[in-house]
Amino acid sequence: MTLEQENNTGWKFFLSELKPKGKLLTPFNIISVPIVLLGIVLIVIRFWKGIGAITNLTQEVPWGLWIGFDVVTGVAFAGGAYVVTFLVYILHMKKYYPIMRATVLNGFLAYVFYAGALLLDLGRPWNVINPIIGNNFGVSSVLFLVAWHFLLYMIAQLIEFSPAIAEWLGAKRIHKILSGMTIAAVIFGITLSTLHQSGLGALYLMAKEKIHPLWYSEFLPIMFFVSSIFAGLSMVIFEGSISHRVFFQQISEKNHRAQNTIIMGLAKICAGAMFAYFFLQILVFIHDKNWNFLDTPMGYWFMMEMIGFILLPMMLFYVSYRKGNITLIRIASILTMLGIILNRLNVTVIGFKWDAPIHYIPSWMEIVVTLTVIFTEIWIFRWVIRRMPVLSDAPSWAKNEH
Amino acid sequence: MSITRRGFFKAVCATGAVLALGRELQASPSAGKGGIEYRGMLYDSTLCKGCHGCEFDCAEANGLPYPELGQDLPPIRTTSETQRTVVNTYSTSKGEVFVKVQCMHCNEPACVAACLTQAMFKSKAGPVIWREDKCMGCRYCMVSCPFNIPKFEYHSPNPKIIKCDLCYNRLKTGEIPACAANCPNEALFYGTRRQLIKEARRRIVENPTKYVDYLYGEDEAGGTCWLYLSPVKFEEIGMKTTIQKSSYPALTKGFLYSVPTIFVLFPALLLGMHQATKNDHQTKEE
Repeated sequence: MTLEQENNTGWKFFLSELKPKGKLLTPFNIISVPIVLLGIVLIVIRFWKGIGAITNLTQEVPWGLWIGFDVVTGVAFAGGAYVVTFLVYILHMKKYYPIMRATVLNGFLAYVFYAGALLLDLGRPWNVINPIIGNNFGVSSVLFLVAWHFLLYMIAQLIEFSPAIAEWLGAKRIHKILSGMTIAAVIFGITLSTLHQSGLGALYLMAKEKIHPLWYSEFLPIMFFVSSIFAGLSMVIFEGSISHRVFFQQISEKNHRAQNTIIMGLAKICAGAMFAYFFLQILVFIHDKNWNFLDTPMGYWFMMEMIGFILLPMMLFYVSYRKGNITLIRIASILTMLGIILNRLNVTVIGFKWDAPIHYIPSWMEIVVTLTVIFTEIWIFRWVIRRMPVLSDAPSWAKNEH
Repeated sequence: MSITRRGFFKAVCATGAVLALGRELQASPSAGKGGIEYRGMLYDSTLCKGCHGCEFDCAEANGLPYPELGQDLPPIRTTSETQRTVVNTYSTSKGEVFVKVQCMHCNEPACVAACLTQAMFKSKAGPVIWREDKCMGCRYCMVSCPFNIPKFEYHSPNPKIIKCDLCYNRLKTGEIPACAANCPNEALFYGTRRQLIKEARRRIVENPTKYVDYLYGEDEAGGTCWLYLSPVKFEEIGMKTTIQKSSYPALTKGFLYSVPTIFVLFPALLLGMHQATKNDHQTKEE
């Protein structure tokens, strides 16, 4: 084969891969396509008329749904990637290998899209290169750290995932090089994750009087870090249950059977991490002497979060692990995820300026744009899963290397 | 082994880079350090007659629209995208008191520490200024400012942050801020922070019945370049008294200082764990 022919087939291969592989008229597509189209229109309006044209942000509440949900909550859910790579590569728990690639892919796409959502929220996005190219390093800023870590972590995750891309393209030599970089990327990635998961909490440290005392404490960074462990794993359990139903043809019989033991293991870790988190919350609550806030509407709201969405799912995880009940684990993971959404929004939106006369409530347009970001991410996720060996087994040539 | 060695070098390189970056965590020098003497303003609310003249002077100096002051003027207003300063009216136990609101120009500003592009900048003379060419519009300064001062143009495709810059451009040509230059009642007094504190103390000591014995801004948020005198308690004239008396950037210092430590310890620890469990598995297989 001449070089020209090879290029030609490569191009054709790529074009054929671009075409959708599954059915077009699925319920998910019917719902997501119109929302994404509407979202694109709204994004155009946002860049044309300014952020205020489609959001309800105010001078008092400058960060709303796009930061509080898309970025702060989304990144917590993407935390599964660093926990699972820790189990697989650092602790050599081979058991979790079947879910590793899907989790890393999910994490990588989450970061790409949430960083993308961040650009929508920037008033002057063309200056986003300033803190990167080095002419304006605001090193005393927590946001500087978080921004750099997002960038570096995306690269680390891409390296972690890259062997799957090489397998898809059949590039054997590159595959070998990329696989050799995995462990370095994993170590770097876990370190980065620790710092920016907690960094997202540290962002709010200077807003001391603005956040309700039940949610503000100097331990916010540690809280955010610990909760990202079970937030990420609950997402892995949730996403795994859906993927195993939607992409069942892709998954080998062996991995299908392994799924239940994997979920049980994750449930156990979740229960442990949640116990630590709940204990920390109690310590902070007593340390800050917040008793007088308990008998207020915000206090009931706080207790609902603590008991209904941490203590309850923690016990469900524990019980379902002991009894081997997978359905109960899935319910616990959904409750945990709701609890994380609640917690992150309580810090960033609901408890932020809770005493102001006018509250920020996101506009329907902000919600549509958020859904656009999520749906586009799912589209790309689906596109990759259908083409690359993520859930399916790697080709035999790739396995023999290990 | 080659993989591990490479991993180790990467970790070392990353650590070095972060250590090199992590050194200058201090947001800005506080007043007096290194011979810097900040300039600021003393606002004596007992002298202000509430003429709103400074609002017009400010608008003119900064190319903003004149404020609309009708009969139905709300007594309490905030600064906005079109107004860098406002004067509010409070009815207190000692009658009507007028209070001017604008950026306090903190000694250690939260907005400057928050800014990841150095667009918010504490100049050596004292004013906290905003630099258009650097700002990326993330609004973290607004989240961080304890006084809620920076305002954002939500309805512009090329939005700016609007706040008082103590007439930075006038200061460069040797003039004093427009509000102080034109105040007919001498309620505003521009000078070095040291002078202002001395002058304020003198007024309090000479007229103990006229003033409350408190100088707002001397300790608030670790000290500000604007200082306020009042005839009544500061709660009564809408000043935030819950503001902590120490620097706001210091709140994130603990976290930022832990960054280099984690960057050194974590890769080493993770690599160690990786090695330890690896050997374990191998011996088991044998």
